[in-house]
Amino acid sequence: MTDSREGRAKAEISFAVNGEPKTVHAYPMERLLDVLRQQLQLTGTKEGCGEGECGSCAVLMDGILVNSCLVPVLQAAGSSVITIERLAAGGTLHVLQKAFLECGGAQCGICTPGMILAAVHLLNKTPEPTTEEIREGLSGNLCRCTGYSQIIDAVAEAARRGTST
Amino acid sequence: MSSDRIVGKSVPRKEGRDKVTGRSKYVDDMVLPDMLFGATVRSQIPRGRIRKITFAPGIAWDEFVIVSAKDIPGKNCIALIGDDQPCLANEFVNHPEEPILLLAHPDCHVLPKAVEAVSIEYEPLPAIFTIEQSERRSEIIWGEDNIFKTYLIDKGDLDGVWDKADHIVEGEYTTGAQEQLYIENNGMIAAFDAAEGITVWGSLQCPYYVHKALMTLCDLPAEKVRVVQMETGGAFGGKEEYPSMIAAHAALLAIKSGKPVKIIYDRMEDMAATTKRHPSRTRHRTAVSKDGKILGGEIDFTIDGGAYLTLSPVVLSRGAIHAGGPYYWPSVRIHAKAVATNAPPHGAFRGFGAPQSLFAVERHMDRIARALGLSPVEIRRRNFLQPGQDTTTEQVVREPIDLGKLLDRALEFSDYHAKKQRFANESRVGATRKGMGIAAFLHGAGFTGSGERYLSSVVGVEGCADGHVRVLVSSTEFGQGTKTVLSQIAAEALGLPYENVTMAQPDTLEVPNSGPTVASRTVMVVGKLVQSAALGIRQTLISSNLLREAYTADEFRAACQHYAAAHGEFRSWSRYEAPSDIFWDDQKYRGEAYAAFAWAVYIAEVTVDLTTYSVSVDDFVALQEVGKVLHPLLARGQIIGGIAQAIGFSLYEKVVWQNGRMQNSQMTNYIMPTSTDLPPTRVFFEELGNVYGAYGAKGIGELPMDGPAPAIVGAVEDVLGVPFDSIPLLPEDIVEALDKDALAASAQDSRVTSTGVVR
Repeated sequence: MTDSREGRAKAEISFAVNGEPKTVHAYPMERLLDVLRQQLQLTGTKEGCGEGECGSCAVLMDGILVNSCLVPVLQAAGSSVITIERLAAGGTLHVLQKAFLECGGAQCGICTPGMILAAVHLLNKTPEPTTEEIREGLSGNLCRCTGYSQIIDAVAEAARRGTST
Repeated sequence: MSSDRIVGKSVPRKEGRDKVTGRSKYVDDMVLPDMLFGATVRSQIPRGRIRKITFAPGIAWDEFVIVSAKDIPGKNCIALIGDDQPCLANEFVNHPEEPILLLAHPDCHVLPKAVEAVSIEYEPLPAIFTIEQSERRSEIIWGEDNIFKTYLIDKGDLDGVWDKADHIVEGEYTTGAQEQLYIENNGMIAAFDAAEGITVWGSLQCPYYVHKALMTLCDLPAEKVRVVQMETGGAFGGKEEYPSMIAAHAALLAIKSGKPVKIIYDRMEDMAATTKRHPSRTRHRTAVSKDGKILGGEIDFTIDGGAYLTLSPVVLSRGAIHAGGPYYWPSVRIHAKAVATNAPPHGAFRGFGAPQSLFAVERHMDRIARALGLSPVEIRRRNFLQPGQDTTTEQVVREPIDLGKLLDRALEFSDYHAKKQRFANESRVGATRKGMGIAAFLHGAGFTGSGERYLSSVVGVEGCADGHVRVLVSSTEFGQGTKTVLSQIAAEALGLPYENVTMAQPDTLEVPNSGPTVASRTVMVVGKLVQSAALGIRQTLISSNLLREAYTADEFRAACQHYAAAHGEFRSWSRYEAPSDIFWDDQKYRGEAYAAFAWAVYIAEVTVDLTTYSVSVDDFVALQEVGKVLHPLLARGQIIGGIAQAIGFSLYEKVVWQNGRMQNSQMTNYIMPTSTDLPPTRVFFEELGNVYGAYGAKGIGELPMDGPAPAIVGAVEDVLGVPFDSIPLLPEDIVEALDKDALAASAQDSRVTSTGVVR
């Protein structure tokens, strides 16, 4: 963890999170990950490596999949951020969440939020992906439990059913 | 009672919904009022005496809580098997990253700089880093001889076989350290209250291991120590013993500060400081008859335990018992030894010594096959254990396992023979070449020998006031499906819907000690106890005339509510009792090592790029006999996930050491497989059943870690025609082995020429 606060004052930074406008007081170089987890209590976004390698902290920023551990919160100003908490808003599981449950895509669960957001991103771009495209689309998200097979099954199943996003 | 069976069905994962919605609470998601953040100052050298600790100016040290060894209320150790590992180094350090001081502060951001500002002056002492250096004993760093533990397994008349042997085949095999690399880093929160004692919440596998360690460290009675498991983001053995250390650190800071303290490791600290799989070296010398039958063998199995004892004796034991593989040895002598080096202690990792010794025996079978001109298939078939024969510890195989048939089926599923022929006939000029490799293996479920007897696990099942049923165990969920399968077992035993059963959060105030969540024992051993405790609930309700023998879920609910209202707490307990026909001699290391073995044959198909020497696994067939499969989806997930870790162990994951310190403690330079690196894996189950496990189940979790490495390396050998005896096998290691082989071949050529022999 680097000291992101040195020599800088906190600033007021506004952006939309899961469709709601938010204003936070944060050091400009604070990680978006920490602001989401600590200030906004959105703890569904996880830290795995802190260096953009594992994808556990993945969120959608203006529709782009980003590792929130590498995004200074200042960079999020004015953007629209989607986290895992958004997907089952209203209590109904997203088609990908259902498919992850049914196909065994979640084991320990720590990579699952980032993995599901990577899958949302993939299906938004490529609604009918081949297995190779799924493998490629999830290759920035590490999972140590599943060996990925059942995650790939889940994404294929969700694609077959059609996503609603 | 419902006639639909619940075991054998892929019911929804108990905590699945919370996991896919991000609502599950892991330790770092928990915040307590007034909480401080803790950090650890660690040794920068492998071995030496601490001379002086100074705190650099420029830091507001008075804002920090600082803990050293002298703040420890009880004994300065992490109590486990031995008490040799200090919680905080006092005078000496014995490995890099050994904890020396603890700091806590309300702002987590100021901690890294403060840790750097503590400087420690050492008087360095000579250190040792390899098994060979430890054996040489030029420096004694542990005990009198650097040896943590030895075992001898001695079966039959080995000395008599060498003269009768047609061939004597020798080989040496090594495996490297491997990081568990759970995606959730280690973390703990501790809070202290003079009246209630110490409470810790954390990411962990074994609540009662942490409980024992804190009692010793804090000098507190059992009831003043409480350990709660939070949702745990992967473990694989990596959260078996080290969480006791982190809990101890958080507890010391909480006691000194009077505030809750959270310690969360970042990835670099987690990888550099916590345990890894034991590096190993195995030597085989085997007497074989001309028809390819093993007559006897000497096996020398040695593991590097790092600087302290921790779990090394137990890892060594499992490795030694599995060293003969699934083969019949009329005579064998297995010398097993765990030695000390100045590296952070190595520890539990899925398979627990067995992947190391099974890699060696499977590679050695291929070497024997080559020496005799037999195929890898044939050498295995001729030596498989048969029912009625005994293992290296003289445990008679009683179940009707037919390994030859298992092998035939795996060969068929993988289309082995046709592919072998096709790959051999394919052009030898192309840029890539393909090959096939086989591994046959076994894995013992549950604690070894008398282990389960000593553990004497207890589980509880509660009939709750609202009429639902709750399972009380210290067995933890960390992805493998504990909550789901134990709920299935309780539901099945009671004839209730799966939804009517819940799992208590593992909390030592609430759940009994059902033993650690390790050794593929949860479903087989703990599950059987859950079944019997659940039947106790049923029996109580029937004998109280609240329930008839046949009942509906509603009738059960009403009876349970009635009983709970009348008697207050309604709980049924079940304690492990060793089967009477299981005998184990701890002195001679002889007898029934495990109540059940799972059996498997795995076949790998690989492509080797002849320019870059990168290896890809193209197809993988995993056929196993694991008793009754209680949850097909989870079981398949365990097998595929284990194979993925084992592919990493074989081809990708190399810990780079320098003076006992891991140099590549990041996910960017310690490479685990991604979704593009893994083959389609085809999983098949045979189900023989098992009289000792719940509903016929055997252990499953560790098995898939054992077989892939020898199968994959065998396939690379099939391609390149050169023996490979070490993992990890990265492209540079392949090149090195090829160079060495070419050198040896040319040396032989020149010898032959000089003696005038015409070839």
